This record gives sequence, C-alpha cells and structure tokens, in this order.
Amino acid sequence: MSETRTLLAIDDVSKNFGRVTAVDGISLDIRENEFFALLGPSGCGKTTLLRMLAGFETPSDGRILLDGKDIARTPPNKRPVNLMFQSYALFPHMSVRANVSYGLEMERLPAKEIRARVDAILATTELMPFADRKPEQLSGGQKQRVALARALVKRPRLLLLDEPLGALDKKLRGAMQLELKRLQHEVGITFVIVTHDQEESLVMADRMAVLKDGKLLQCDTPHAVYEHPADRFVADFIGVMNFVPGTISADGVIAANGTSIAGKVPAMLTPGASAVASVRPERIRLFPSSETANRTTGTVEALAYQGLDLQLHVRTPLAPEPFLVRVTADAADRRPVSSGDQIELGWDAADVRIFKE
Amino acid sequence: MTRPSRSSLLMAPALVWLTALMVVPCALVLALAFFRRGIYGGIDYTFTLENFGLVFDPLYAGIFLNSARIAGTATLIAVVVGYAAAYAITAAPRRWQPVFLFFAVLPFWSNYLIRTYAWIVLLNREGLVTQLLRWVGYTGEPPSMLYTEGAVIAGLVYNYLPFVILACYAPLSRLNPELAEASRDLGASAMTTFRRVILPLTVPGIAAGAVFVFVLSIGNFVTPALLGGGRFQMIGNLVYDQFLTANDWPFGAALAMALIAIMLLVLMAQALAANRASGRTAEAQGNANG
Repeated sequence: MSETRTLLAIDDVSKNFGRVTAVDGISLDIRENEFFALLGPSGCGKTTLLRMLAGFETPSDGRILLDGKDIARTPPNKRPVNLMFQSYALFPHMSVRANVSYGLEMERLPAKEIRARVDAILATTELMPFADRKPEQLSGGQKQRVALARALVKRPRLLLLDEPLGALDKKLRGAMQLELKRLQHEVGITFVIVTHDQEESLVMADRMAVLKDGKLLQCDTPHAVYEHPADRFVADFIGVMNFVPGTISADGVIAANGTSIAGKVPAMLTPGASAVASVRPERIRLFPSSETANRTTGTVEALAYQGLDLQLHVRTPLAPEPFLVRVTADAADRRPVSSGDQIELGWDAADVRIFKE
Repeated sequence: MTRPSRSSLLMAPALVWLTALMVVPCALVLALAFFRRGIYGGIDYTFTLENFGLVFDPLYAGIFLNSARIAGTATLIAVVVGYAAAYAITAAPRRWQPVFLFFAVLPFWSNYLIRTYAWIVLLNREGLVTQLLRWVGYTGEPPSMLYTEGAVIAGLVYNYLPFVILACYAPLSRLNPELAEASRDLGASAMTTFRRVILPLTVPGIAAGAVFVFVLSIGNFVTPALLGGGRFQMIGNLVYDQFLTANDWPFGAALAMALIAIMLLVLMAQALAANRASGRTAEAQGNANG
C-alpha cells in the first residue's frame, strides 16, 4: 500500500466488438503491491478490461504497459500475469496437486522445485489435506482456494481475480474477503479484482476504479470514493445515498418545496441549474439541535431492524423518495421510534454533496 | 405390493420387444451353431462343437484378423477426421453450429447401398476421379482404385463418419471454454492445452464414436462386397456366404456368434472406460454452468 511505483499502466485503452464499444478510452495506473478493484454494474466493460490484461482480448486502441513494456499484444501464456476465473476453471481430470503444479510444469522447472513450491502454496492456502482430491470432491470455498493457489504458485507480477467471491454464500464471502487481503499481504503480489459488489471493493481494495458504459468515472481510495463521489452515478452506486432534486442557489440547493439545503456548490454549477443535493444515511441525526444547518420533519414509514443498527424509511416533503436513515442500536434504545411517528431529521452542511442532475 | 407389479407392467412392452426380437433370434442362431451340417445342406440335428473349432482354423481366424485390421484402420481414420470436423464445428459461431451438424449428418438420410454405389461411380477405371485426373492433364493408365482394400476402408469411413462427428461434438461443445483459457493463462501453448486438457476431457466421445465405427465395420458385408469386389473377404461376407452360398448354416451361426462375442467385448471395454471417465466429464460440464 505504501509503495507508489507504477506496475501496470493502462494507457487510453479501447475495445470495440463490431459496433459495440465495450471499453472506451480508459487510462489507469496500478501500483506495485496494491489491491486494486475494478467496480461497475454488469456491462460496464470491467470484464473486457480484465481479459485484455490477461491477454484473451487485444485492445482496439491504446497501450498496456507492464513495468514500462507494452504487453497489449503478448499472448496469455507469455505474460507474467495470471487470472483467477470466475468459474474457477479447475481441470476436472486432475487432482488438486496436479492443478496447482500445471503452471510450473509449463515453465519446465525441475521436479524438485515444483514439488517444493506447490507444497508451500498448498500449506499457505490450507489445502494440504485435499491435495489428492479431484475438484468434484471439493466444496465451493475449497475450489476457490485451489484456483487461487494455482494462480499464485506462478508468482505472477499481477494477479487478476474475476468476481472471485461471487459463487460463495454470504458468510463465507465475508471470511474470504479478509483471507484474500491477508494472502495478498503475505505473498506481496499486486491484485486486480473485478467485482460488481461495491461493498466487496470497499472492504478489500486499497484503491478502486468505478466504470460505467466502458468509461472510467472515478479512481481513488474507497474512502475518497465513498465520501467524495465524482458524480451522481457513483454516489448512487457506492453505498446508499439520499437525493434531493432541486436548483442551485448561492449556498446550496433549493428543493422543489422551497426548502433550502446548505452545502458546498461545485464550481462548475451556476445558480439556477438543476442539481441534486445528497447525504449518506449514517450522516443524518434524529432530533437534531437547533444549530444543525439542515433540518426537516418527516413521518416514519417503515423500520428495518438489522441487529447492528436500525434503518428508518422517513417520508419528507423534500424528495419524492423516502429518506433512508441509519440509527445505531444504542441510539434507538435511548429514544425509541415506531412506525407512523413524526420525527425531526438533521444533517450538517459539510455532509452534503451536490451533483449535476 | 402394488408398486413392483405396476413397474413390471410398465416394463412389459420393452421386455416383450427384447425377447421377441433379440433374445429369441440370438438363441436360435446360438442353438444352430451346435448342430451338424446336413449332407445336402439343411441341418442334421446331432450335437457337435466342431463348428466352433473350425472358427479357430487358421484360414478363418485369418479372415477375423483381416476384418479387425480393416475395421481398425477405418476407425482410426474416422476418429481423426471426425474429431477434427467436430472441433471445427464447435469453433464456429453458436448459431451456425446446428447448420454445420445438419450438413455433416445429411448423407445418413440416403440409403446405405446408394451411398456405397456412389463410390463405385467415383472410383471405377473411367469414374469421376479418373476423369478429373484426365482433365488436369494426366494421360497415363487410369489408377486402379476400386476393388482395393483402400476402397473398402474409404467406404466404411465415409458411411460411419457422421457417428464420430456427433459423438465427439457433444463433449466438445459442452466443454467449459474457460478450461482452455486457464491452461493458456498458466503458460501452456495451444498444442499443450489440446493434449493435456481438451483431449483427455473429450475421450468419452472419441471412445463412443470409435466403438460405433469398429463394431459396424467389422461385421459389415455390403461395403467389402461392393467396393472390395469380393476379393477382400471380411467376416460379414463369410457369414453371408455360409448361409446363402455354402448352405452351411451351423458354421455360419458359429461365425456369427464369434463376431457377436468380439462386439460385446469391445462394447464392454468402452462401457467400463466411460464409467470411469463419467465423473470428470460431469465436472467439466458442471463448470460451464457455474
């Protein structure tokens, strides 16, 4: 995370399939030893970009520089990049050990070295007890670890992971997210993960890129992307956001009902332009003090108890959609709220983000 | 107690069918093999094992071996050509694949005899092949192609090739394409990927196709009779001759039984191999759905 040397430079890369543009002039730098996430809804071009990094697709335009060398046209078996497939793609006719050895056999390494390296990675991934099993005899989580071991044992400069946790159930997914981070730290290899799950990239990535319709919208740390989304789409796609449509004024947005919402107006927006003001659910307080910059009243329409916190749907005069408010279990215990209650909501001007409509 | 009786009732049509059309005729032929040939043809109903002894006579054993060799060669060629064709079809865009398969299987819709006669038209001394050679400037003796072992093999390969294409297409088309990509990603060349991943996972299809061609070829009598001109005897012709020319039904029956025994052995070997391979095939296809 601390290293800043660029390992992989994606330089104005585009990919067309016939008349469809899957990737549209993307430029990105991925740093040495970084855990990087490519995030976006399905069809955003993230998988095509990943396949170009692996060598299964050739860019229509642009360069892919690994350590400064253009590898855009290097075949997949000739680049120090490995891909962990979404389907895992384990060879069904080979044992776990044979699957993991395969890549090293292709490098024509001495049998002794292959054995030592395979043993080491099987130990790291806790697969030793299953070394002689066939893939069909493994659980989903074990298969995932074999796929990971098979790619890691090659000691690639760059490991690509295509929706690595997509096939696992929710609980296992949480454990594997941390496991992947631990492994990445341990082996010191740069990871690029493709995912449509924004929570996954927030948890795992050092930096992330948000893609839509083949274009790069934002590339930054998860914290920066979450707190300062580049546009309305990113704000909506990452986490949960409450939006209030309106028009720009000198110090914020005036909602349709005339209420003024204080917040910092981006330089590109001029008064009178239509815009949306937005605020995260966890930034909204119930029963705010009178100094709070933004206040409104609303009716509680629904409560969703989620253990750690309570989610309220509050109908306000500000927006057509109900506000989502997150209250900690603690706060909810102190001042119980029930469905149908009239409550006051408040949030600070610093927590308001304003976007072009 | 109603359940077993109902299931046996449902099985009844199949059992009747099998008994009337498989078990009884085979039993009759088997029984025939244990009798003597009558002096003027016909059957002398005295028990003997002579007919089976005669099967192992070097003359007849040689014909068995010859048939196995011809059928084996035809199988090998059909598997190589058929696998390549099936591979090419799976490489085509998905929506074109049924069209190509349709054309590959099209010859099946015409009569076997007609298809075999067509080869006579192609291969005879003044046939299409000779005319084609003349047309490109060849002036020498027309090559003798008809009534050779090569013609018999060509006929067998041509007639049974669709079986191989269909049998190989099924596992190839269901193979998860990411397996080949994974192999490439791990550093394997296209050739190594084929040898170590694609081929082992499609062996069941090859085996099924090969057994079809071999079993149908070794007992074939039409193709050797028409394209081999009677000069290249296979077991099928021998059995045909015993029943219809030599009038030695008991010996013909013994030969037929020996042929059936060979076919059963081949089929059993294939079933065993398929059983062992079925696990990994299921997995290869399961991956594709994941």
